[in-house]
Amino acid sequence: MMKNAVGRELPERIGSYVVRPYAGPEATPALETPVQSRRIAGRARPEQSKLLPSLTEAIRAVGLKDGMTISFHHSFREGDLVVGQVLEAIRALGIKDLRFAPSAVVNPKGLSLASFVQDGTISRVEASGIRGELGDGLINGAISLTQPAILRTHGARPRAIEAGELSIDVAFIAASASDAWGNCTGQLGANPCGSLGYSFVDARSAEKVVVITDTLVEYPCCPASISQEYVDYVVQVEQIGDPAKIGAGAARLTKNPRDLQIAREVARVMAASRRFREGFSFQTGAGAIAIACTKYLGEEMKARNLRASFALGGITAGIVDLYDAGRVRVVECSQSFDAVAAKAILDRPGVVEIDNAAYANAFNKGNFLNHLDFGVLGALEVDTDFNVNILTGSSGQMMGGLGGGPDVAACAGVSIVALPILRGRTPSVVKRVFTCCTPGETVACVVTQAGIALNPRHRNYQELKEDLERAGIQLTTIEALQQLAESLTGVPKPIETTDEIVAVVEYRDGTVMDVIRKLKE
Amino acid sequence: MDLKQPAMAGTLESSDIQVTVVPNPGGGIAIELDSPVKAQFGDAIRDTVRAVLAEFGVEEARVQLLDQGALDCVIRARMQCAVCRAAQISYDWSREDRRP
Amino acid sequence: MTHSGLKRTSLYAGGSSPGKLLEARFYHEDCLVYDLEDSVAPAEKDAARFLVYQAVRWHRPPDKYVLIRVNGLYSPYLEEDLEMAVRARPDAIRLPKVEHAEEVRRIDARISAIEETAGIAVGQTELWCNIESALGAVNAKEIAAASPRVAALALGAEDYTASMGALRSKAGWEIFYARMQVLEACRLAGISAQDAVFSDFQDEAGLREDLTMTRGLGFDGKTVIHPRQIDLVNAAFSPTPKEIRNALRVLEALEEGERNHTGVVVVDGSMVDKPMERRARTVLAQAKAAGLWKEEG
Repeated sequence: MMKNAVGRELPERIGSYVVRPYAGPEATPALETPVQSRRIAGRARPEQSKLLPSLTEAIRAVGLKDGMTISFHHSFREGDLVVGQVLEAIRALGIKDLRFAPSAVVNPKGLSLASFVQDGTISRVEASGIRGELGDGLINGAISLTQPAILRTHGARPRAIEAGELSIDVAFIAASASDAWGNCTGQLGANPCGSLGYSFVDARSAEKVVVITDTLVEYPCCPASISQEYVDYVVQVEQIGDPAKIGAGAARLTKNPRDLQIAREVARVMAASRRFREGFSFQTGAGAIAIACTKYLGEEMKARNLRASFALGGITAGIVDLYDAGRVRVVECSQSFDAVAAKAILDRPGVVEIDNAAYANAFNKGNFLNHLDFGVLGALEVDTDFNVNILTGSSGQMMGGLGGGPDVAACAGVSIVALPILRGRTPSVVKRVFTCCTPGETVACVVTQAGIALNPRHRNYQELKEDLERAGIQLTTIEALQQLAESLTGVPKPIETTDEIVAVVEYRDGTVMDVIRKLKE
Repeated sequence: MDLKQPAMAGTLESSDIQVTVVPNPGGGIAIELDSPVKAQFGDAIRDTVRAVLAEFGVEEARVQLLDQGALDCVIRARMQCAVCRAAQISYDWSREDRRP
Repeated sequence: MTHSGLKRTSLYAGGSSPGKLLEARFYHEDCLVYDLEDSVAPAEKDAARFLVYQAVRWHRPPDKYVLIRVNGLYSPYLEEDLEMAVRARPDAIRLPKVEHAEEVRRIDARISAIEETAGIAVGQTELWCNIESALGAVNAKEIAAASPRVAALALGAEDYTASMGALRSKAGWEIFYARMQVLEACRLAGISAQDAVFSDFQDEAGLREDLTMTRGLGFDGKTVIHPRQIDLVNAAFSPTPKEIRNALRVLEALEEGERNHTGVVVVDGSMVDKPMERRARTVLAQAKAAGLWKEEG
């Protein structure tokens, strides 16, 4: 056993997985070797057709075999109907032992990922998170994989692909519209999802690429997010997504006064910072608090007559509204969180789709996050070292995915974790998070309804402290918040685990931040 | 103290707990708990329930708890209310004067 | 953190909902009113008492002025409400629909008796009297002076309007007389004057207008109907940066006048008189309590 830089106990190996312990947010240097890709040059001919009549045909045509790695994107979220159809077709062909590597696990109604693990179709999983039946099954021991699941941040996934750690045999890319030669987009068609930013790296790195759509358009598809040059086959299916679940209309502003209050405090913190100036940049995200925060931030911008240079990440209608009001110059969408945001890329020149690697990968020659002034992050738990848990809930169950949170925290000048001090009887400011996902030293500030605490270990602590004090914002300490939460809830009994590791939490540089162990009965 | 009838207090809203107290002649105290925080607070919840029953001198009761993440003070309040309703008494608030 | 002493906002938290009772402690209201009356159904009065007792006695928010609103003075619930409420040791008990000084004296005596039995310093529990009828408004002066426990009068506009046969409006002319009655009674008794709620919590512009008037009239604070109103109301009953600057200039000028033995002190062309000095001192005291100004040194 060894301890990493956030004090987590880790074994040196987990099966064949060699553990590189996390050593600090900037500790890992770049590789000197060329970027890796499985892409084959191909030979396209004028008379060639890429259109295949069914998923089964496509799976046969790409030569999918036992033990291979398949990938998906999660831009259709809980409305995704592609992952299920592809896995069913694979199951019917009797292909086993696959490594399932979506950008994140989605849980659309009617899809039981656990059943594919149970029957051996899937034996390994690598994703941003494994929320739902799959994760709970693993952590309770109801199902098991041949190797622990590897959980990566949005920024870490392209890094792992290009480092050869996650080598994709077949990428299945759902697109809301495509032509028969694979020029495709998420913006047109019956079920648009907006940005396809997560799948760009898959398209250029996988050995075979299958585009799946329900809306076949005349050649050439325009706009096209993914180019025909990467695509082997195109399959048309009945439906790729349920628009109501992808995000119907605009994501609505919460009525919960507690969340509104937290959001207002977050906006006050941002507005008090010296970084809140003409040309600043921000990422607020898509949770209830985040959406309200965008609204209050817009009010502060209006009051000071400021324009942001860019808004980043997962985009909502609220941010599109700010763009329309002339308050944001460019909206960089790695993901579109509602129908308004999904359609905004099409008709607004400053609302653009970006590659997830250009958004968050630290191991390339430049990313948007490095230019970010403010990042607002949700969390399940934060501890007195400011370490953040976004994966596991109060009884150890799988609740979320890493998303881009750890990446945003590492880069933003002011990274703000916004969360209620308790949820029901579960304290969310604790002495030690159950699973460490984001290292505390990258969190500048925690905002709760019971007070705001700054992290003395953050690189911009002095600056932020001065700014908030000048603005008359009252500060408390993370310890005081933890004690208040505990005085209300009582001391929870620790969650008991076995020694068996079911998932590895990787940091953006590929080192191990924490592991998730199977729960005791 | 004897319970005269089954009684309920509390709701199924989040942060509340619905308590049902039923007379249990000859059966001692039996507690059924359903809670999202059973693993962390199950023992604490049962301790609170037993403590309230003891304060009222109730030795025979079946207690069903449908917890929605209630804090300890809420569980205490709901239990006190359910016991008073089951015993058909109104609470003597001067008992609080003797609490340390 | 202890309570600032300001009473700019008072928020009702319904005694039936544990979630709301918990959340209410985290908003920025100066005064938190745990309610046993309107927000609690008749069949749940007993349950609300147990819940409110636990919340106030054992989990009292340290930075707020805490009140318990009991049921009506002629309701069958009042006696037990008082037995509980006094023992929960709030800062004050809020009485609905007070119409006669005699009622206050009756409650005062009951509270004294309970305080004595419970070993609480007699007189510790303050009273806020809601004035919510024509009769209450007419008797406001006597009510305010009926007991040293009375720390505030609070206008209840909905019931008052009904008792007058008036229609409730945003402009509020139908309650203007009652507002002045309450205000004058409070100023004579030297207690806090609390304005009625502004009912449409979605209408921020309307609330701002309402606040401009009531702050101008001289009220100290206002009951809010929704947490969303709190920040606006707090701001309205706090001195503005300009008021603080002016107050500081007035006091500096007075000090300088004293040093130089100047008879008459002039700021911005106006002579500084006693009322001006008093106002300046009040502004600074409020600003200090609200955390908007710190004394040098």
